[in-house]
Amino acid sequence: MNIYAMRAIYHFEMARSFRAPLQSIASPVISTILYFVVFGSAIGSRMTMIDGVPYGVFIVPGLIMLTVIIQSVANASFGIYFPKYLGTIYEPLSAPISPWEMVIGYVGAATTKSIALGLIILAVSYLFVPITIAHPLVMLFFLFITSVAFSLLGFIIGICSRNFEQLNIVPTLILTPLVFLGGSFYSIKILPQVWQTITLFNPAVYLISGFRWAFFDVSDVPVTLSLVAIGLFSALLLGIVSWIFSTGYRLRN
Amino acid sequence: MSAIIEIKKLTKQYADGYRALDDISVQINEGEIISLLGPNGAGKTTLISIICGLTTLTNGSVTIAGFDVVRDYRKTRSLIGLVPQEMTLEPFETVLGTVNLSRGLFGKKQDRAHIENILRQLSLWDRRNTQIRELSGGMKRRVLIAKALSHEPKILFLDEPTAGVDVDMRRDTWTVIKDLKRRGVTIVLTTHYIEEAEEIADRVAVINGGKIILIEEKNELMKRLGTKQLCVELEKPMTDIPKSLIRFDIQIENSGSRLLYRYDASMKSTDVHSVLAALATENIVIKDLQTYESSLEDIFVDLVAKEKN
Ligand SMILES: Nc1ncnc2c1ncn2[C@@H]1O[C@H](COP(=O)(O)OP(=O)(O)O)[C@@H](O)[C@H]1O
Ligand SMILES: [Mg+2]
Repeated sequence: MNIYAMRAIYHFEMARSFRAPLQSIASPVISTILYFVVFGSAIGSRMTMIDGVPYGVFIVPGLIMLTVIIQSVANASFGIYFPKYLGTIYEPLSAPISPWEMVIGYVGAATTKSIALGLIILAVSYLFVPITIAHPLVMLFFLFITSVAFSLLGFIIGICSRNFEQLNIVPTLILTPLVFLGGSFYSIKILPQVWQTITLFNPAVYLISGFRWAFFDVSDVPVTLSLVAIGLFSALLLGIVSWIFSTGYRLRN
Repeated sequence: MSAIIEIKKLTKQYADGYRALDDISVQINEGEIISLLGPNGAGKTTLISIICGLTTLTNGSVTIAGFDVVRDYRKTRSLIGLVPQEMTLEPFETVLGTVNLSRGLFGKKQDRAHIENILRQLSLWDRRNTQIRELSGGMKRRVLIAKALSHEPKILFLDEPTAGVDVDMRRDTWTVIKDLKRRGVTIVLTTHYIEEAEEIADRVAVINGGKIILIEEKNELMKRLGTKQLCVELEKPMTDIPKSLIRFDIQIENSGSRLLYRYDASMKSTDVHSVLAALATENIVIKDLQTYESSLEDIFVDLVAKEKN
């Protein structure tokens, strides 16, 4: 194993974010604060409690998930796409590194950043609303596995994209709608029966529901189902990554 | 001399069906400087890319120190440093940052003293904390060389290292290359400047259309192929070549107002000097002087013509 190489990629990726702290930390934090002001205070004060939780508190897990998912994909996809775009990818490709070591370096860095971001947003939330976390370890686990899974997804998107437009297609057209419609800001129980059923095909529902269970001990779907769903999703992504590597797809001619 | 790189029946066909390398077999010896000489599109970059693991091969094999570049890629790649043809660098990273990254990627523990040494040698030490986007083209090229040397490779590939750089930079690059050779590093460089091959290579391989059409000791090759012409415009036309000049291969042209002297590019400049000295002794007044070098193009025409015979 080439430990030094994984460490080098990891450090390089982390340093890249610290060079642009405004983009990597400040902007997600500011948009989170905006969500709180608009949904939590302005609208939330006129909402009834959901599952016995005040609305301003109820949206915290959804908000964290929203940011973590979007930022994981953005970070990881950019992390691998940019060297491809610049041509600097020649170096890791000519280095004695296995594809999986590359994944660990790039996806590891993106995951670290997402987890840090999730925790920062949680901390910011404390400034606005009182929160108690029912199952802190489960909460951390969901935060971890979500960051890993969506960083992997971002890695795949970054490898497959041929230009900046393609890089944005999946996040904008698929991911953001799925997360918004997956109950980030509401319980799917308030939807009409038909929509509740349709929503169950949205994988984001299982994640957000599971994460919310870790906070409030209430959920839209059983928490075990959430765990199975994210497990299957991660397995699927790992499968796609190994298929990409076995074909040399879009990295080597 | 023992071969450090063995290329056997190597063929590369790109996805679009283009055959960039066609059944190439070459041995590269440990410690030598070999120059791959060929026009654009000859397949030089493709060959290097396959050896370094950037491009897949279609057929044949490449081994480095006995290890296969596909199967034992960890062993082979850690022996290699690559200076790519394109100037590909992360613009916002610092010089030191990017060179340290290279060393890490190639599986080596950080070594400040070694990196400082390299950067000093390439006159980059004073700029170590500068972002790459602020550097000039020549400086960027040095950074690429520093990155390739960061992990102390046994073999260095330089893909057109002096294309589009100024004279100083070219000299510096040659100095670095010669210094590496002294330390036993094997060097493979591609170029389309015959002058460059002439200056530093031990052997020259001429590659064209995906085939190696010739591989030879440089000195031999230059003797056979490199001819230069000295063209002397005369103040007063002459009809016969003076006796003292007959021993040189000189022709009269342009109804006596021009002398043409053909000489070997690998010979010493003293030969040109002797011709000019003889002219002076004969009191022949020179109006103008020019020298022409046989271009790579001429050499190819020559080579292809000879291949047909
Ligand atoms: N990715 C590619 N796909 C198809 N053809 C390619 C590719 N890369 C290079 N070629 C072709 O292969 C030939 C050799 O290219 P290259 O090795 O870059 O030549 P050189 O470095 O000697 O100038 C050229 O005709 C080039 O157009
Ligand atoms: Mg080339």
